[in-house]
This record gives sequence, C-alpha cells and structure tokens, in this order.
Amino acid sequence: MRSIRLGAGAGYSGDRIEPAVDLAASGDLDYLVFECLAERTIALAQGARQADPNAGYDPLLDERMRAVLPVASRNGTRIISNMGAANPLAAARRIGGIAQELGVALKVAAVTGDDVLDVVTSGNWPIEETGGHILDLGNRILSANAYLGAAPIVEALSAGADIVLTGRVADPALFLAPMIHEFGWAIDAWDRLGQGTLVGHLMECAGQVTGGYFADPGKKDVSNLARLGFPIAEVRDDGEAVITKLPGTGGAVTAATCKEQLLYEIHDPAAYFQPDLIADFSEASVEEIAPDRVRIAGGRGRQHNGALKVSVGYLDGWIGEGEISYAGPGAVARGRLALEIVRERLAITGVALSDIRADLIGLNSLYPGASHADPPEVRLRIAGRTNSQAEAMRIGNEVETLYTNGPAGGGGASKSTRRSIGVVSVLIPRERAQPHVEILEVVP
Amino acid sequence: MKLRDVAHSRTGDKGNTSNISVIAYRPEDFPLIRELVTVERVRTQLAGLNPSQVTRYELPKLGALNFVIAGALGGGVTRSLALDAHGKALSSILLDMDLERS
Repeated sequence: MRSIRLGAGAGYSGDRIEPAVDLAASGDLDYLVFECLAERTIALAQGARQADPNAGYDPLLDERMRAVLPVASRNGTRIISNMGAANPLAAARRIGGIAQELGVALKVAAVTGDDVLDVVTSGNWPIEETGGHILDLGNRILSANAYLGAAPIVEALSAGADIVLTGRVADPALFLAPMIHEFGWAIDAWDRLGQGTLVGHLMECAGQVTGGYFADPGKKDVSNLARLGFPIAEVRDDGEAVITKLPGTGGAVTAATCKEQLLYEIHDPAAYFQPDLIADFSEASVEEIAPDRVRIAGGRGRQHNGALKVSVGYLDGWIGEGEISYAGPGAVARGRLALEIVRERLAITGVALSDIRADLIGLNSLYPGASHADPPEVRLRIAGRTNSQAEAMRIGNEVETLYTNGPAGGGGASKSTRRSIGVVSVLIPRERAQPHVEILEVVP
Repeated sequence: MKLRDVAHSRTGDKGNTSNISVIAYRPEDFPLIRELVTVERVRTQLAGLNPSQVTRYELPKLGALNFVIAGALGGGVTRSLALDAHGKALSSILLDMDLERS
C-alpha cells in the first residue's frame, strides 16, 4: 500500500512561518500546502490588482517563499498554495524571480479561471444569503470568484509543477489534489474523495488541529504553544490517514483536537458542499493510535450537484470606530454615560450612519446580554457604518473628544476607520468557470 | 453542573451563520448531553444573539453535537460592527450552560 506525507504550512494569511520551515526541513514531506485566503481577502486584493497589474497576491508571499523554498526544493517537497489570491500569474512570476535569485531550478504553475466577474455581472443571479439578486448590488461589486476544485491543481502536478499557485479554490481541495494525483483516484470515486476531503478539512487550518486554538487551562491543557508544531497527514492510497506532527514541537494531536477541527465551519456534517463532490463526515471516526498520532477514517462522499459556489465581494461603505476606557468604582456608570453622550453628539452633528453598535468591553462586547457584577474597568467601544471615510472618521472623533468633554477619568482613547466589504454567494453552473493552468519554468 | 464540565467546543463562521460544536470529553457523557443540550436550551442560552434559526446535528460516533445558528453574526465577519465579528467567543458562552434536568 502506497502512502504520501502532506504538511500544512499556514492556516491563514498572517500565520507563523517557522513551523512551515520546520516541516519542510524535517517533515520528510511530499507536499507542503499553504492555505492563506480568507473570505474578504480576494475582494481587497482585486482592488490592489486594478491599481497595479503586478499586484493582488498574498502580501507575505515573498517572505514565506524565501524562508521555505530553498529547503523544500532540496528535499523534493512540492508546494501548493492559494497565495495567488486575485493574481496567481503575477505571484508565479514573483516566485520565479525569487527562485532565480536563490539559484533554484523549478517549475511554477498558476491556476486561473476562478475570476468569474464577467459571468456574474452578465446575469441577475439569486443571492444565496439574502433572497435578493446580483443587480441589487448595482455598481458596488468588486470581485466574483468561483470556488474551483482539485482538477486544475492535479493538471499542474501532472505537468511536473514544483509549486502550484491558485486563487480561490475550496480549501480542502488544496490537499485533495495531491491525493488524486498520486493515487490516481477516479473523478467519481466519491467515498475516496470524501475521505480525502475530510483529511484536507482537518489540515486546512494548520495549527488548529495540533492543539492551537484549543487550550483551556485546567480543562484542556496544551504544552508549549509558543512552539506549536503544524500538522502532517500520512495518507494511504485508500484515503485512510494519520494526523501527526514533528517530534519535539509544541501542541498535541489528540482525538479531541481532531474532533474540534472536524466540526469547524461545518453545517450539516452529512452534506459538506465542495466543488468536486458533496462530502459526508457523519460517520467519520478519529482514533488515538499512539501519542500525537490520530487515525482518521470513515469520510464518505456522493456526486456534486453541478453548481459552483461563487463568492461575490462588494463595497459596503466604511466603518468608523472609537474606544476609551474607564476604571475603578463607577466605571460602568461612567462608560454608559459616555456612550449616551457620543450617541447624542452623533445626532446633533448629523453624522449619517446606516448602522451603529455600542458596547462596554469587559461587560458585554463579546456576548450581548451578559450581566455580571461590575468589573473593575471597562472600555467603551462604538462602531458605525457610513458611506464615506470622512463620515466614518467623525465617529472616532466624537469618542476622542470625551477626553476633555466627557465623564471623569476616561483614558486611552483610540480611533480608526476601515472599508466595509460585504461578501455574498451565488451559484453558477460549473461549466461557466473555465480553469486554466499556466507553467513557468525557472532555469537559474 | 455546567456543560463545560463534560464537553468542549469550537465556534466556526460562514457568512452570517455561526456553528458551535459540543463534544463530550467522555463517550459515556454523550447521552446526557444529547438529552439536555436541545435546540430550545441553546436558543435560551444564546438569546442575546436573536438568531433566526437554530439547527442541531448529531454525530454519535464522535460523541458530538453541531449547532448551526443562522442570523447570529451581525451580517458576518466582513461587515459586522461587533468587536468579535467572527463570533469566536460564542463557544465559551454556550459551555456556561447549566446541565440539569428541568
């Protein structure tokens, strides 16, 4: 029975870099996968690309690749990542440049075709979440990217690519692709694909399956989180896998860490919609077979429904925020008074808000309706949505003026503004997205 | 007894929908959790979110439940005005539930 070793080098765009270098150096990996693309990232990256045709890929691409490429190349580990974001071709060229500089010979593939803005704006597709339609968003649409499946990555690997860069691809498919490529799984081997998707789903958030985001002292103790090891999946050609990590690294791989990640961002566990299939995790099993070794089995699947999910990013105005803190006896009362003052000021000065939210951090900011004894300090936070940055700025300004105009003892005021990007989904027939693979050969 | 004494949990988000797992530490506690952590009890525990729909899925093989809570995240992570726009902290709020037969 054949098996391959996959590593997860990042669970999000800003993730730690050393654990990936450790994996590339000592993990004896066949593939190292970096999942770096969040929901709204591609909409922002699209804007960057419009301003500069060579931009729009992950901002940490350079730093990550410089750290990982030499050792991965030496060890024959192939890299797969969605760090191409809104511009996989430019990202591939950039990596080509880095490889030249480092004197590394390799083939870089760019997977494109996830950008379906033309398709989406040429019809009035129903929006999944709101019951509305695409035309309701008018000219505010920034981006429309289909979740591609494993096929174009498999194509790139078959063409000999050492590095495959994609834009929007379903996260588990980044891991499923090397399994399909290595084991020759058929396109309709639904249960195999379902099990491979389960393994990919467990791996896609990197440290979240090796004890990251898990510790709860006294209940769930995890050692050495500052040196958390990222996961390795040893996958057999029938899909059964063991999740593990490098010896000597921090964290833990247990049945419990795997179960938490198995259900992370899952709705109906029997119907996890993917571009390549509908995966079914309802009969999955996790079993500790040795310290830091958990066997994963029982993932299943069935035929996809013929549709691809498209993530549509649109401009939703601006968010302005202001914060200030109060301490000691009466802190909550002074915080509440401050909130009333800011609300009244925003009305008096005519700040045009479409939505506003006010909290006292330490009392009720994470869960509305919490009511505990008065804490020794609170931080007022007020956030509102506006149409312009100038208008958004006025929210934080009204909080800041509490320094000299508000209740006693307010300190540490801060203010900020940011763009609000809305994201909605539409479904398109899968043949409307045409994935394309381009290969770049670097000869230093 | 609190739910936190017998179960652990992680929250995930997709758009304006939160999902919160409830996972028994020991398989023998799962029947009690399945009996007591109902959709109604979760609705009460998370009433502050004012969700539009709460659905429960059972995974007996894992000793786990999965709650899918729609309309709970102020429009979702990209546009919510909340400090914790993902709703990451909600698992800790759910685990604070009293686990007693009423």
